[in-house]
Amino acid sequence: MEKQSLPAKNGPEEPVIIIRDLYKSFGDLHVLKGVDLTVFKGENVAVLGKSGSGKSVLIRILVGLLKPDKGEVTVLGHQVNNLPENELNALRLRVGFSFQSSALYDSMSIRQNLEFPLKMNIKNISKQEIDKSVKEVLEAVGLEDKIDQMPADLSGGQRKRIGIARTLILKPEIMLYDEPTSGLDPITSSEINKLINLVQEQYNTSSIIITHDLTCARDTGDRIAMFEDGRFNKTGKFEEVFNDTDEQANSFYNYNFIQ
Amino acid sequence: MQEPVFNARNNKYVLSEGLDEFFSGVSKAYRFVGQYFRQAFKPPFHFSEVVNQCFEIGLRSLTLITLTGFIIGIVFTKQSRPALEDFGATSWLPSLIGIAIVKALGPLVTALICAGKVGSGIGAELGSMKVTEQIDAMEVSAINPFKYLVVTRVTATMIAIPILSFYCILVGLMGSFVNVSTQESTSFLTFFQNSFSTIHFLDLFTSVVKSIVYGFTIGIVGSYKGYYATSGTRGVGKAANQAVVMAMFLIFIEEVIIVQISNWIRFF
Repeated sequence: MEKQSLPAKNGPEEPVIIIRDLYKSFGDLHVLKGVDLTVFKGENVAVLGKSGSGKSVLIRILVGLLKPDKGEVTVLGHQVNNLPENELNALRLRVGFSFQSSALYDSMSIRQNLEFPLKMNIKNISKQEIDKSVKEVLEAVGLEDKIDQMPADLSGGQRKRIGIARTLILKPEIMLYDEPTSGLDPITSSEINKLINLVQEQYNTSSIIITHDLTCARDTGDRIAMFEDGRFNKTGKFEEVFNDTDEQANSFYNYNFIQ
Repeated sequence: MQEPVFNARNNKYVLSEGLDEFFSGVSKAYRFVGQYFRQAFKPPFHFSEVVNQCFEIGLRSLTLITLTGFIIGIVFTKQSRPALEDFGATSWLPSLIGIAIVKALGPLVTALICAGKVGSGIGAELGSMKVTEQIDAMEVSAINPFKYLVVTRVTATMIAIPILSFYCILVGLMGSFVNVSTQESTSFLTFFQNSFSTIHFLDLFTSVVKSIVYGFTIGIVGSYKGYYATSGTRGVGKAANQAVVMAMFLIFIEEVIIVQISNWIRFF
């Protein structure tokens, strides 16, 4: 399901994520070395790069899980670096984060996993409202029949879907996907890619998709950002990024699609 | 010659690797304890989770405490009898057992059992949540993981362990009574009256305070080790193990300090 064009936009392009000159190191390991990126409303940006290159660090900084050493990060008009805890939490409610490991609460059933963010964040929410929201997100990810199972009973792909459903239940404006197709077979990966596009359409989200899977980037990204040596060295549509003489881009392409 | 270590900002050790790690660990633990007290009294309060954890802790340890308390009562009575018989003072046996179990053995044995059962459980559970990103998942959902996971567990251990300690004391005295009643025709009521005849309010109060302190120690050490677990499943095992060893070590130190303080209070 290759994407052909950017989603239709109403009016001028509105940036929802602005990253400027971002640096992050862990001891002597310099992971981000002056990253710049802007994500516009309704847009899916696929960040491609090698495993361990620091792509996940970037989206962890966006939700305040990590602090940058230097640089500015603006999400939905808020400077993440300087936000007090209550404002950061208010912002986090508007940003969904799908973890590479799914990070489902393994002591809770699927229903409890989905109810938990609602119960903890919305005071006096009724049982009917909770049930309605749970049903809605389970329908969106196509796993209504798994509601009373435990996370350990699900397959890897199903866990990823439930992880995405858990973030959708708070109706986020931005979705951050950390390696959504890693460890999955090609058919399940394709289903996850379709789900990412479905979320963009149904929930009108803007997304950053961190991946090293070129198929995922091609199928889900309105724009591709190639991450290399701590910064983005190339951004553009899939055809633009991979249809030139750039050695790194081509080696990535060849590895994914030829080997 | 190796360059002397002097500057942490340049990734050099200020004192030595071991000492630097020790002092930074102490400082991190101090901040962790401080965070507990700051968050414990600030809403929202997760009462239902505290109650859940109390049940978890109680049920997890009840069988072992029953068995251990009962056996301690029997064995301690059996071992003390010959010494008292030498002085013709077997009638003092219930008082001796009462003092030993209420003032020392009950709270201490309960704390040690719970350090093993509950402390390791908390360390492993939080450690596993940490390495599988479940704690991060809470944080990005705008849920305070420290408040939901740590505050509730530490509060629950501070409530459950004093209750379990008194249960252990009662079971221990029952064990002792079983042994006494096989040798002498002492009634249940007389035995308990004699057991508590030399126990004062300060003794009971000290036992309660001790149990609360032990509960706090078990909860906070288990949570701390789990919350900062690293290195995957190996880190989880390490966190559980360290939670037990560290909690037991601190419990023994606290026992000495609290007994000393209660003796000073008694003296004045």
